[in-house]
Amino acid sequence: MLTVEEPGRDRRQFLVAWIYGLWGLIGAALGVPAAGYLLFPPRARDQEEWVDAGEIAPLELRTPEEIVFRRNRRDGWKMISEKAAAWVVKLSETEVIALAPQCTHLGCAYHWEEQKQHFLCPCHTSAFDLDGKVLSGPAPRPLDRYNVRIEKGRLRLGAVEERPAGRPDSASGGSAAGRSAEDTVTASFPRESKG
Amino acid sequence: MKRRIQAWIDHRTGVETAVRNFLYENIPASSGWHQVFGSMAVFLFLVQAFTGIMLAFNYAPTPGDAYNSLRYIITELTGGRLMRGLHHWGGSMMIVVVALHMTQVVVWGAYKKPREATWMVGVALLLMTLAYGLTGYLLPWDNRAYWGTVVSTQLAAKAPLIGPYLSRLLGGEGPVGVVTFTRFYALHVMLLPPATLLLIGFHVYLVRKHGVTPVAGDTAPKKKFFPGQLFKDTVAIFVTFVILFVMAIAVQVPLGRLADPTDTTYIPRPDWYFLFLFQLLKLFEGPLEVFGSVVLPGMAVLALLALPFFDRGKLVAVRRRTAAIAVVALAVVGWGGLTVAAIVTTPRSAEDEIAEGGPQDWHQLSPEELAGIGYFRKENCVACHATGEGRAAIGPDLTRKAVRKTAKWMIEHFKRPQQMVPGSAMPAIHLSDPQLNALAAFLLRLNPRNAAALHSTPAFVVEGAMVYQAHRCAACHQVNSAGMKLGPALDGLARRRSREWVEEHFLEPQKLSPGTVMPAYRFSRRELERITNYLMSLPAPGVAGP
Repeated sequence: MLTVEEPGRDRRQFLVAWIYGLWGLIGAALGVPAAGYLLFPPRARDQEEWVDAGEIAPLELRTPEEIVFRRNRRDGWKMISEKAAAWVVKLSETEVIALAPQCTHLGCAYHWEEQKQHFLCPCHTSAFDLDGKVLSGPAPRPLDRYNVRIEKGRLRLGAVEERPAGRPDSASGGSAAGRSAEDTVTASFPRESKG
Repeated sequence: MKRRIQAWIDHRTGVETAVRNFLYENIPASSGWHQVFGSMAVFLFLVQAFTGIMLAFNYAPTPGDAYNSLRYIITELTGGRLMRGLHHWGGSMMIVVVALHMTQVVVWGAYKKPREATWMVGVALLLMTLAYGLTGYLLPWDNRAYWGTVVSTQLAAKAPLIGPYLSRLLGGEGPVGVVTFTRFYALHVMLLPPATLLLIGFHVYLVRKHGVTPVAGDTAPKKKFFPGQLFKDTVAIFVTFVILFVMAIAVQVPLGRLADPTDTTYIPRPDWYFLFLFQLLKLFEGPLEVFGSVVLPGMAVLALLALPFFDRGKLVAVRRRTAAIAVVALAVVGWGGLTVAAIVTTPRSAEDEIAEGGPQDWHQLSPEELAGIGYFRKENCVACHATGEGRAAIGPDLTRKAVRKTAKWMIEHFKRPQQMVPGSAMPAIHLSDPQLNALAAFLLRLNPRNAAALHSTPAFVVEGAMVYQAHRCAACHQVNSAGMKLGPALDGLARRRSREWVEEHFLEPQKLSPGTVMPAYRFSRRELERITNYLMSLPAPGVAGP
């Protein structure tokens, strides 16, 4: 015959502590990897791809032109070939930039206002000047730029670089580090044409 | 303060009272470690639900994407391999735990009056568990999944009377394809989980209604479920979880080659818990087959359901239930015997045989052509093209047409199919030029005689050749007389050099071969492993044959 004894106070606390402890361990062993699984980005394996974006000779000085090109992009488990756009601006005879076509506020597509000579976002009327600097509106930072390179008179576009707010926008300003970063997002002709 | 908040919430929702009622359930004084299996099964079900949802966040349930998205989960996502491992081995452990749970109930005679319905709902839950295994098996969409499901759907189609209907329900009489896949997925994630939840709820309700079964002669005052028995359940669950977790980390879950309906070398086998059925089927031939596939399993299920009605005597002590123990032992021996027989009669897979050596089709191909096989597999060209096996397919049979074209034409065609063949349904292939070159090189060599290489070439060879081609090793080295002669030919490298030497030589060629013009290569660990595997498997000249 079995005898019944309800656990005493100490024994009871001991059991309850173990119940909480073991369930806590199980929860952590599932929860922590799950958080990593959902929150960490996939291990990137891509190298920057440079796509051809056409001749630069026909570009007019300080007149933005929207170009459309195809590029390959990794989308999850797929490699997709998609259409992408850029606003290409020849800032001076020696400098060309390519702006990513989304407003930095909420991602709407902006356009060039010929008469007012600035980029205007139709969503919340952010305005940007030729080199992407915010003129007015809620946009928090200048327009993002593609990395650009010029090879044999043709423009090649790389990845889009985000440009943090409050950074001096012109290539002449800023620290040495700032300048070298700038060099990757603007391309100058003489250097390339000599090479 | 805490008390007042608790009281407020309890007054509005009754949650605390409900939990209290649940925890302070009266259970027999004789309850103990033998009654932990039900909780373990519920726990595993919750783990499966959790990891299943996690996988579903990144899994694309179509035959076109399933394999790639699963590979993405395993190779690209943090914790992805763990999630898949937990889900895979959790399924297997579920079967084990459910079997243990049922064994305990049978041995203790816990299904006796008035608990017959509890037992029968439990049998239904067992069938559900097996249904998860059957439907989930297809979802990785690798060769194992595909061929296993081909066999099980064909078997279902042969069932007397309901066969044709069952087969239509599972996605048509044709080959396993999108329809079957989608239905299996829907069953696995839409129908079975809520049905299981309902049945578990009903099962637990019945357990509570009749109370936990006491052992014979237990007339002692009842005790409470909390904390004593909950502690035992928790410890058992924790041990289960530790085993599962270790398996998920330590035991690799296979993800084979992409499902390939044209693969004639693949030997399909079901998962381990269905092996006994598979073996049973072998005992019956011709018109008797239906006995092995339907009649016997069907009778077994009926016998299980009816068990409480056969065994109606009074509850006696466990050690006096010799008949029940004998039946369980017999079932275990029968199941184990069939399973072992199935394992020992399984021929070693073709991939193992390839690794053993001997002239193979792939030995005659250059690294570039082998890399072409890689792109061919990666782009899943067999989804639309036949390769000499006389199969009807959307696209042309590549062993016949391709040889008549030039490499230039083919590369143009890869890039812009509709331009070269107006009206073609082929999507453009987005690969780099060197990769397209490799694909074209392989297709130009492809003919009905060597088409088998396409399927039989082991993955490690193809992956290694892709690294070889990507790093343009052929600019200096020869393999199978293809490539330049600047460096030594690499055929039969394993006869001359050790694996360690080759790996070190990539890193510091100057150190091992002073004066060499070979540059150092900093491969990633995976790349290094692949290219070394491939190079070390190259046959010596002459072995490859004409």
